[in-house]
Amino acid sequence: MSLTSDEVRRIAHLARLAVDDREAEGFAAALSDIFDFVETLNAAEIEGVEPMAHPLDAEQRLRPDTVTEPDQRELFQAIAPAVENGVYLVPRVIE
Amino acid sequence: MTLDTLSDWARRLQAREISSRELAELYLGRIERLDAGINSFVTVTPELALAAADAADRRLAKGEQAPLLGLPVAQKDIFCTQGVRTSCGSKMLDAFVAPYDATVVERMNAAGAVMLGKTNMDEFAMGSSNETSYYGPVRNPWDPERVPGGSSGGSAAAVAARLVPAATGTDTGGSIRQPAAFCGVTGIKPTYGRVSRYGMIAFASSLDQGGPMAASAEDCARMLNAMAGFDPRDSTSVERPVEDFTAGLARDLKDLRIGLPREFFGEGLDADMRRVVQDALAVLRERGAKLVEVSLPNSGLSVPAYYVVAPAECSSNLARYDGVRYGHRCADPRDLMDLYMRSRAEGFGAEVKRRIMIGTYVLSAGYYDAYYLKAQKVRRLIADDFRRAFEQVDVIAGPTSPELPFRLGEKSADPIRMYLSDIYTIAVNLAGLPGLSMPAGTIGNLPVGLQLIGNYFDEARLLNVAHQFQQETGWHQRMPAAFA
Repeated sequence: MSLTSDEVRRIAHLARLAVDDREAEGFAAALSDIFDFVETLNAAEIEGVEPMAHPLDAEQRLRPDTVTEPDQRELFQAIAPAVENGVYLVPRVIE
Repeated sequence: MTLDTLSDWARRLQAREISSRELAELYLGRIERLDAGINSFVTVTPELALAAADAADRRLAKGEQAPLLGLPVAQKDIFCTQGVRTSCGSKMLDAFVAPYDATVVERMNAAGAVMLGKTNMDEFAMGSSNETSYYGPVRNPWDPERVPGGSSGGSAAAVAARLVPAATGTDTGGSIRQPAAFCGVTGIKPTYGRVSRYGMIAFASSLDQGGPMAASAEDCARMLNAMAGFDPRDSTSVERPVEDFTAGLARDLKDLRIGLPREFFGEGLDADMRRVVQDALAVLRERGAKLVEVSLPNSGLSVPAYYVVAPAECSSNLARYDGVRYGHRCADPRDLMDLYMRSRAEGFGAEVKRRIMIGTYVLSAGYYDAYYLKAQKVRRLIADDFRRAFEQVDVIAGPTSPELPFRLGEKSADPIRMYLSDIYTIAVNLAGLPGLSMPAGTIGNLPVGLQLIGNYFDEARLLNVAHQFQQETGWHQRMPAAFA
């Protein structure tokens, strides 16, 4: 498979990664090689095979719906880049 | 100077021949003198270490016993440590100080461990050479021009150089076993779910598993006793009582059936490596084990399947780094999209970006069946191969890596060659089985690892086989001359 720089820019946008034109070209070449390699999976005979999502095929454990965690908002916000009055600050999103 | 194992030090601490403070000072002094040449630590914490050592000395004075009481250890910098920077080898988390301890850290601290610092690693544990670290590569103590393996290369190099007697690692595709092999130490990746992932920074959640790295199987068993166990804070933690992993070490190998997968001894294996591995297997046979050929016919598909599953999970897990709640934030963002895109572009290195983009692509609309679903079906085939093999044998053995530690820079321009260095380890993660690597011999001056793969929850058997091998051989006691 051969990815173009435009396709890389689309994927990078979905992944929220800024890439410049030179980087896009480099990623296009590297990702194309990796997808060629991954396509060796096409040789596998997988007709009727159940997909495996979890190594132990375990089911999600449930717990009683009770409060177990204390409120630690100040502790967790202490490591944020920008906080004011208990809220995270980001650039204006509503004009 | 004699640098003893955890087990020897524990005996000497209990006999009051040395204090925990003296022991911490001894290893902190070695780190200070010797780590500049190998860069195995990202952060050294002497003040915290001495305070923990003093606390351990008080517990020892009261006659208390605990598996790691007073013993120096290092934590891979992927485990969150309250009040100490947890970088995960990334610029993204260069200033991140975790507000809580990982369960593994909490359990080891409760068991009396004295943390000396945090070890270097590939960025977000994505790499097989430790060259993707934001803090620069780790060098192999046996030859500083060569890599220590990855991603737990800092832990492996630090233990090999005896800068610390034991350290934690994590293994998503071989990241405990391959560096253990490259540096000549013993490391075990437990069954998926054995060791809590809470506070262990996530890379690929259905594959990641923490485990110990040390100079001997006996030390790994001691560490695992402190690390393993059910944790309600990890939804994939297994609710199953943990045995004493040291209890079965002395068991003999009579009638043990060891399977040798013919696919692991094929043309990809270096001829000298094959000889070293076969010599090691002969030692196990002399101690009563029977060697049986087995087949893992789909193991050749494990690396490509992994490079769909792991990036897919990585792209989801690393979506949390948004420049808003913690981690790197770009300067002067124009708008919210610019904040996300530039914070992530500046915070992540090239390999992490490649994997995020692969994962984003394979999970994007229209491609899910062609990649992710197919890889999950191949994953089932790989697990079924092991299930059939374990109907015939108790343990599977083979090389840990197809090659010796390679030179710095040798593979960094070619991701696929780098990925293939995990060809013998990745299938074990896809199946969720336990796997161990131990030093089996040398070629020139460089260590060679033997991998042992066990059935689900059979860590004790792997540690037993490795311990029996280490009773007979001295490979695990060798250390690089420059660090003696």
